Amino acid sequence: MTAPLLEVENLVKHFVARRSLIGHPTATVKAVDGVTFSVEAGETLALVGESGCGKTTLGRLALRLVEPTSGTVRFEGRDLSALNERDLRAFRRNAQLVFQDPYASLNPRMTIGQILSEPLILHRIVAPGRRRERVAQLLHLVGLEPRFAASYPHQFSGGQRQRIAIARALAVEPKLIVCDEPVSALDVSIRSQVLNLLRDLQRRLGLAYLFISHDLAVVKHVADRIAVMNLGRIVENANAEDLFASPRHPYSRALLAAIPVPKAGVKRARTILQGDMPSALSPPAGCRFHTRCPHAIERCRLESPDLVADARGHATACHRLGELPPVGNTLIGDTGFSPSLERMIAAFTRKAGMRKAGGLDTVEAAEPTGRGSP
Amino acid sequence: MTSGEPLIEIEGLRVVFRGERATHAVDSVDLEVARGATLALVGESGCGKSVTALAIMGLLPAKTAEVSGAVRFDGVDLLDLPTDEMRDLRGDRLAMVFQEPMTSLNPSYTVGEQIVESLVRHRGLSRAAARNRAIELLRRVHIPSPERRIDDYPHKLSGGMRQRVMLAIALACDPQLLIADEPTTALDVTIQAQILDLMRELKATSRAAIILITHDLGVVAEVCDEVAVMYAGEVVERASVEALFERPQHPYTVGLLGSVPRLDRRAAQLATIEGMVPDMAAPPAGCRFAPRCPFADARCHRERPPIVALAGDRWSRCFYAPIEKLIS
Repeated sequence: MTAPLLEVENLVKHFVARRSLIGHPTATVKAVDGVTFSVEAGETLALVGESGCGKTTLGRLALRLVEPTSGTVRFEGRDLSALNERDLRAFRRNAQLVFQDPYASLNPRMTIGQILSEPLILHRIVAPGRRRERVAQLLHLVGLEPRFAASYPHQFSGGQRQRIAIARALAVEPKLIVCDEPVSALDVSIRSQVLNLLRDLQRRLGLAYLFISHDLAVVKHVADRIAVMNLGRIVENANAEDLFASPRHPYSRALLAAIPVPKAGVKRARTILQGDMPSALSPPAGCRFHTRCPHAIERCRLESPDLVADARGHATACHRLGELPPVGNTLIGDTGFSPSLERMIAAFTRKAGMRKAGGLDTVEAAEPTGRGSP
Repeated sequence: MTSGEPLIEIEGLRVVFRGERATHAVDSVDLEVARGATLALVGESGCGKSVTALAIMGLLPAKTAEVSGAVRFDGVDLLDLPTDEMRDLRGDRLAMVFQEPMTSLNPSYTVGEQIVESLVRHRGLSRAAARNRAIELLRRVHIPSPERRIDDYPHKLSGGMRQRVMLAIALACDPQLLIADEPTTALDVTIQAQILDLMRELKATSRAAIILITHDLGVVAEVCDEVAVMYAGEVVERASVEALFERPQHPYTVGLLGSVPRLDRRAAQLATIEGMVPDMAAPPAGCRFAPRCPFADARCHRERPPIVALAGDRWSRCFYAPIEKLIS
């Protein structure tokens, strides 16, 4: 068996939050505290959790943008911490990052052509004479017209900017893209365009994604596997279908049940978690979820549960796993749309598809709107 | 749809921001909300939903914003009220909760002082009586140990707690109209569930009319009775929550619902609304949604569609409403 594309083992990252006068650390944030997972070539692993759970730090660790306190990250079987500068540069070609805020991640003083040429120049990917052509191909790949190469970022909407950020990541022909909340800053109609694009690119180019998100509904549309994080640890890691069909950890269940669904009067079995998330500066002893968990017992306050996988590879970190009632589909409830709404959406999609058939995704000319971030 | 005559009636509300190019942020919004009803104002960034709320509250800067039309509140046109009378109403009979609880609370006053301020100003309570009432209010929004929390500064509270405090301030004088502008958007999903639960509870125990502004159709279904869908400065569809999700009657609403990632199944492709929102300094001549509407024809691009009244006390701003005829 070949090694997974990305392999993370017992990864730990502690940040010093406060120091004494002479520089001794007096408080640390345990942003990532013993995390293990792997991503196979061509698959999408989603990291899901609420603010401060460590998912963004984990994404940066996977790219060696921050150095771990301990633990290892291997890419195609090679330990990243052992790479010399030349090998690290080669690794950067293989693994790219797309950020959340497309308003902050593109240099406002560079044209789109310059933004997309930069990685081509840095990694000497195409001959100078063919760069312009390659830029046009990249724009076409993400559904933008080649003539946009001469425009500046402020001339584009949020969704178009995110397409440009994706094109920049694709310029070096990576095997892995870490997408850190790539659609969270976008409006819902634009979000679906970018999600469709990411899935389409994966199919065409065989990319692997580490998809970081707080939104389980978004993740459902892109992920093959899902790892749910809480306060620096993975509490559940499963095949996406299994996680939605039978979520096991009380935190995963709560996350799923908390998503508001667009349908009136849906009956769902839900427990609203009480209390606030504990601070990452002083996470609770034992299971880190016990302060909010409706099923916590004495053992949960004392002992931290290990992440244990079953035969199907569905891993859960919970002492009470065997005793929790199964939930099946009751957390989501009957949230399907009405037949008449389904017909309307189908007609809308069909008509929209006919309109753009044979053309590019986005044909609207970009007008400078001077609008702030959505 | 709801009992009683409307508490607030908005007619032909327009807001134009002056500048190099005048921006028509809100254009002919007609809405009414009855006492005790909860109306969702739903739409994407820049559709004019927040500007509508600020216009109702009289919070738009007079120098740059030109507001016209009528906002009748209990029979009085708020747009005609002098500034000081409007100031008396705000925080008393009209209350508003904003998206960002950190920037809307004053960081240099304790939570208690900020609630007491409103009770002393509008109700003439003594500070001691106001403090007792403030503790009660904090209890009503389920802040644990309110006797202690009342002396905390906002930075000591989590985002969810701050939003609870904002609601306590808004409810201090028992308002008749409460506007909540994206009250849960800045919160994590499990905390959002708590605040939505609290909103449902407040809705059941108060007689206030509520306007909830959100971009999240899920939030609409969880809390509201009625919906107004906004696009490019206009209300394009108005219906009860049940009717809207069962059978939307404007193509924009259909596209919006189709693009929501769903929990019940994984679609091969999500519906998308191609293109982007129009530049409101030069809005399209015909239907505002026509450039992005897959059903649009020549007339849609040329003429503004009228409000088409439909069965079940609902309406749609589409030539083809009821839109079932478009799909056969």
